[in-house]
Amino acid sequence: MLIIQGYETIVNKTYDVPYMERTRLYYEAQGYSEPYAWAHFANTPFSALQKPLSESTVSLITTAMPDTEQGRSERKLYSSLTTPVPETMYTLGLSWHDTVTHTQDIGSFLPIEPLLVIQDEGGIGSLAPRFHSVPTAYSQRQTLEEDAPELLERLREDQTDVALLVPL
Amino acid sequence: MSLVARHLESQGIATVIIGSAMDIIEHVGVPRYLHTDFPLGNPLGNPFDRDMQLSHTSMALELLRSASKANAIQRSPYSWNGDPDWRDDYSKVTDENRAELAQAGEARRAQQTEMKKLNPRQLIPNP
Repeated sequence: MLIIQGYETIVNKTYDVPYMERTRLYYEAQGYSEPYAWAHFANTPFSALQKPLSESTVSLITTAMPDTEQGRSERKLYSSLTTPVPETMYTLGLSWHDTVTHTQDIGSFLPIEPLLVIQDEGGIGSLAPRFHSVPTAYSQRQTLEEDAPELLERLREDQTDVALLVPL
Repeated sequence: MSLVARHLESQGIATVIIGSAMDIIEHVGVPRYLHTDFPLGNPLGNPFDRDMQLSHTSMALELLRSASKANAIQRSPYSWNGDPDWRDDYSKVTDENRAELAQAGEARRAQQTEMKKLNPRQLIPNP
């Protein structure tokens, strides 16, 4: 495979996009000297399911913000009702690939309708009555010490058994 | 989102991520991950393709059910129905746009300085 500054071309058209490398080069070109350092851990936590999915409450987590005046102006943790299914979500400012696609179909990033179908078929116990928007913070401390613990509290209020997380 | 999944998992809530950035996921390490090879923004697949979106959701739930240890990764068999060269396009830096990017960086830093003055807690989106 031919690799030129993070771009594999010509030989192999299907490859996993090297997002970390692309991001580093892109921000370097914008004059940022310190590359963003993604967190890295030696071990990964794991919790086995406590009960069958058909008896579990499933919560949905997204990085899209509510398409409301507050959601558009302040990136923070929000909880919104799953039904009625929102028609739009606010996705500007997230690093999605805006030169080749769009986020006008919330079904392409927020699977409320599929989860309702699966719920009706008995595949899950229930979809939690609210879903949660989590900001993609530059600060890992912000995520680890503030957003994630607050989200956990809300999921416990929702009696969540399992969480489906869908970042854009 | 990887950090959030890790936190929830460590507190007893089983998680699965549906996403399209394999390198980041592998670097951080998450309990369960369904990789969908689509442009960022459409992790459930092609816009308005309800069957594909349902199928990806089902695959993620199946991974939740079947995974027996952390860093369980599965790839979706589906692919993007748009420009086949989309992978090369993301955040592309070329001789043609280099000056424009440098200018954009200057403008972004100035904007961030202003934002911090107005609201110190305003979060700057992750690159």
